[in-house]
Amino acid sequence: MKTDVLVIGAGAAGMAAAISAARNNVRVVLVDRDERTGGVLNQCIHSGFGLHYLKEELTGPEYAERFSSLLKEYEIDVVTECCVHTIKPNGEAILISPSGVHEIVSKAIICATGAREKPFGSLMIPGDRPSGIFTAGVAQRYLNIENRLIGKRALILGSGDIGMIMARRLTLEGVEVACVVERLPYPSGLLRNVIQCLEDFNIPLYLSSTVVEVRGKERLEEVVVAKVDSEHKPILGTERTFKVDTLILSVGLIPETKLLENVVKRDPSSEGILCSSVAESSAEPIFAAGNCTVIYDFADYVTIEGEKAGKYAALYAKGERFDRGIPITRGENIGILFPQRWAKDDDLILYIRSARPMRKAKLIVNSFENTFEDITPGEMMRVKVPYRHLANCQELIVSLREE
Amino acid sequence: MKVTVIGAGVVGSLIARELSRYDLELSIIEQNLDVGWATTKANSAILHAGYDDPPNSVRSKFCSKGNSMYTRLSEELDFEIKRTGSYVAAFNNEELRTLKKLLKQGRINNVPDLEIHERETLIQREPELNPDIQYGLWAPTAGITEPWEVAIAAVENAVANGARIILGEKVVGFEKRRSKITEITTQKGVYKTDLVVNAGGIFADDIAQLAGAEYVPLHPRRGEYIVLDRKPGFAVKTVIFPSPTAVSKGILVVPTVNGEILLGPTAVDLSSDMKNSTRTTKEGLNRVMRSAKFLVPSLDFSRVIKTFSGLRPESPQKDFFIGASKRVPNFINVMAMRSPGLTAAPAVAEHVVEEIIQQKLKFKLSKKRDFNPKRSRIKRFGELPPEQWREAVRKDPAAGKLVCHCNKVTEAEIVEAIRRGARTLDGVKFRTRAMFGRCQGGFCSISIMKILKRELGIDMSRLRMKSQNSWIVSGKVRE
Amino acid sequence: MKKVVCVRCPVGCKIEFELHNGKVGKIKGNRCLKGIEYIKEELKEPKRIVPTSVRVIGGNYPLVSVKTSAPIPKRHISDLMKIVKKLRIRAPVELGDVILKNLFNTGVDLVATRTVQKNDSK
Repeated sequence: MKTDVLVIGAGAAGMAAAISAARNNVRVVLVDRDERTGGVLNQCIHSGFGLHYLKEELTGPEYAERFSSLLKEYEIDVVTECCVHTIKPNGEAILISPSGVHEIVSKAIICATGAREKPFGSLMIPGDRPSGIFTAGVAQRYLNIENRLIGKRALILGSGDIGMIMARRLTLEGVEVACVVERLPYPSGLLRNVIQCLEDFNIPLYLSSTVVEVRGKERLEEVVVAKVDSEHKPILGTERTFKVDTLILSVGLIPETKLLENVVKRDPSSEGILCSSVAESSAEPIFAAGNCTVIYDFADYVTIEGEKAGKYAALYAKGERFDRGIPITRGENIGILFPQRWAKDDDLILYIRSARPMRKAKLIVNSFENTFEDITPGEMMRVKVPYRHLANCQELIVSLREE
Repeated sequence: MKVTVIGAGVVGSLIARELSRYDLELSIIEQNLDVGWATTKANSAILHAGYDDPPNSVRSKFCSKGNSMYTRLSEELDFEIKRTGSYVAAFNNEELRTLKKLLKQGRINNVPDLEIHERETLIQREPELNPDIQYGLWAPTAGITEPWEVAIAAVENAVANGARIILGEKVVGFEKRRSKITEITTQKGVYKTDLVVNAGGIFADDIAQLAGAEYVPLHPRRGEYIVLDRKPGFAVKTVIFPSPTAVSKGILVVPTVNGEILLGPTAVDLSSDMKNSTRTTKEGLNRVMRSAKFLVPSLDFSRVIKTFSGLRPESPQKDFFIGASKRVPNFINVMAMRSPGLTAAPAVAEHVVEEIIQQKLKFKLSKKRDFNPKRSRIKRFGELPPEQWREAVRKDPAAGKLVCHCNKVTEAEIVEAIRRGARTLDGVKFRTRAMFGRCQGGFCSISIMKILKRELGIDMSRLRMKSQNSWIVSGKVRE
Repeated sequence: MKKVVCVRCPVGCKIEFELHNGKVGKIKGNRCLKGIEYIKEELKEPKRIVPTSVRVIGGNYPLVSVKTSAPIPKRHISDLMKIVKKLRIRAPVELGDVILKNLFNTGVDLVATRTVQKNDSK
């Protein structure tokens, strides 16, 4: 099998990338390991998608269906139930599916493999190992796709968006949610969700707190919560016990990039694929977009980045080559930064998470300056730095100077 | 003749497998819903070389012999072992004296090729070791395995050779006639028997008491562990021990068969009423981290994927208690199989069946002519080169449907695991390595539940993680 | 000055406003007109969009995800859930299909947010 652009993953990023590449008149093959396209959008039945990109607010499935109809329209070769076994930097890949093991050669490859959830085991919470502990995505899939309830009384660890959304979902379905517990002194998801998922239902949110023990002989029976200090260490004597049969974890996402671990450069701590501003990875024909590069807040941004990757991968497939670019590095108060190189082509769109909350700060990128208010790491910033501020640089340092 | 083995841990299963060579009616009774789920699945998974055991102890008779038996056993039963070798680390002269004692002890125990290496060799072989290390006792016969796989394989082979495995039944009593046992009672059934082998693990003393036989009092010794995900560019190739103390062999850094890193165990003696207390504790996990980091300072704890604890059956004598009961003539104890229980198990099994049952108790057993010593594990399609995988998918499309992506486990393997006896999520997990990887079931557990539901024909709410009441989902969202 | 976070869209503007005798005075922080509407509604009759699911019979999935086509008063939510839990509809369901019309006389419908095909079309 030969093609111009192979897209791995048909979630928000992959679908957008495939359509954008097809619009640039190249042959596209889109593969996904699930039985349908859409990725996690299919199980995100809440609204919050499309505002930036489509100028209307949609639920996840509606957003997914917009793109899946476009896949048909552009006659993109969509292969579901298909996993990628290996990828080589020369564009060769091996695909495994129930219909067979296929070799494919593609001029460009776009990795859009999304992220996995941080598992319970990684938290090293002492206690028993009962059933009844779920990451929020798994709980969401059980409820929204498999039509199964996962318990009668739940506690949620982590005030990320998915955790708060599950708090509301469970409550509406008659599951008692005892509380949401958050390690940081501020909610880690959107404030909008604090209101419409927690406050609306009188679900308590305990900040600066964490789960210090789980108990249960076979199924979960109790969860012990304690307050934590500024270094996230539990404070003795502040323990409270909650009798719940379900613990839901929303404690972070990790880019799922093992497939490319020996092929492209990844961020050593986040495992995200390092990219330039034209979505190119460190290995030329391989591009990447979406949560496998950096964890986004909004599917809309994922779509935009996916589109960008599709466009540039298509151009690459047609013979264009891009400047390896100059490094973009994290300066003062910057926690997460994407992309990591500027290909000197155009205005630079940066995605930034601050290292800590700040009431007011000035974002500085070379000669570009802009002031922002109410900055929190839980809300990603998307900033356009015009070309004229970047010309003639050897290196770009991005900083947030508190005021 | 009816023979019953109580306990399908690694010791009971290997004894059962030995017994299945002979013409007799063999039953294995296991209280958990699957084999190897107590101590067997929660230990360091090490095949010890055998220098640790005092030369006059019972365990010294079986450790290095068992260690050498694993080569052939792993081939016959198709489970994986790796002869990684082990190092006992010494950071000063006092610890060097301990190494020399172990070396001497090892030689008396017939442990082959023991050597003391100096710092330069150690760092060359294991670059991640603490650079302050001075010496290391090198034992090339030490290795690693997957202990639950040994038990699963042994039971499968025993069953293939005619044994019956009874799962989920706890022994609650014995019927006797003229001081010999005639029947075993569980909460679900009554089983006639002519000979009983007590391999009941941490509960073996309770079982012996029920039978009216001699025993040593057992108490649980808790060991906590941490598992780290594979990290590109980082490797620990051998099993690394600190210098042992009077308390225990210490907290180790152990590569696993899959390339993960296992750290632990602690060693905390609990009272005998805590035989189900497989909890982890803050202090225990912190101790594992500290001690492991001392041996290998570059361990990256952001890569933790799992923590767990296991209970070893410890006796006051700190030794195996193996022997035919004098009080109950058809009852054999194989208890207190604490470290190096896993390593010793094959040699103990042979000893029980040949020396105790046949020679000492004079039971006449005749070998089966059609005994098949070979068992094949579930074929791992993810390990095949693509051309062979292609062939396999042609024959069975389910071999091309990946379910566990972290460890490349296909639907065909999961269906086979269910065919071979898995009834729970953990049953599938331990037979296929699904859910063992970096996402810990985040992507695949729902798919596995659906396959279990389909293959067993039962509602999802009746599926279990591991035990009778470990339900996963309750009712439906919408009826 | 009172502070709220508007939930009308994911941006979540932090809006400050003055309240004089139950009447809204000066407003700042909103990026669009929805923010002003939101504040007035929150004070008078708080409204929310409700996403949930409805049982589908004969479809290739057991549930269809649905939502209220516009925000409905919060006080109707538990009654809505009672109705939704008992509902059963037949496949096929098309994205946008109206499942329930004019909920509680609000003019707002309950609409399907995905397509569920009939089971034999797999």
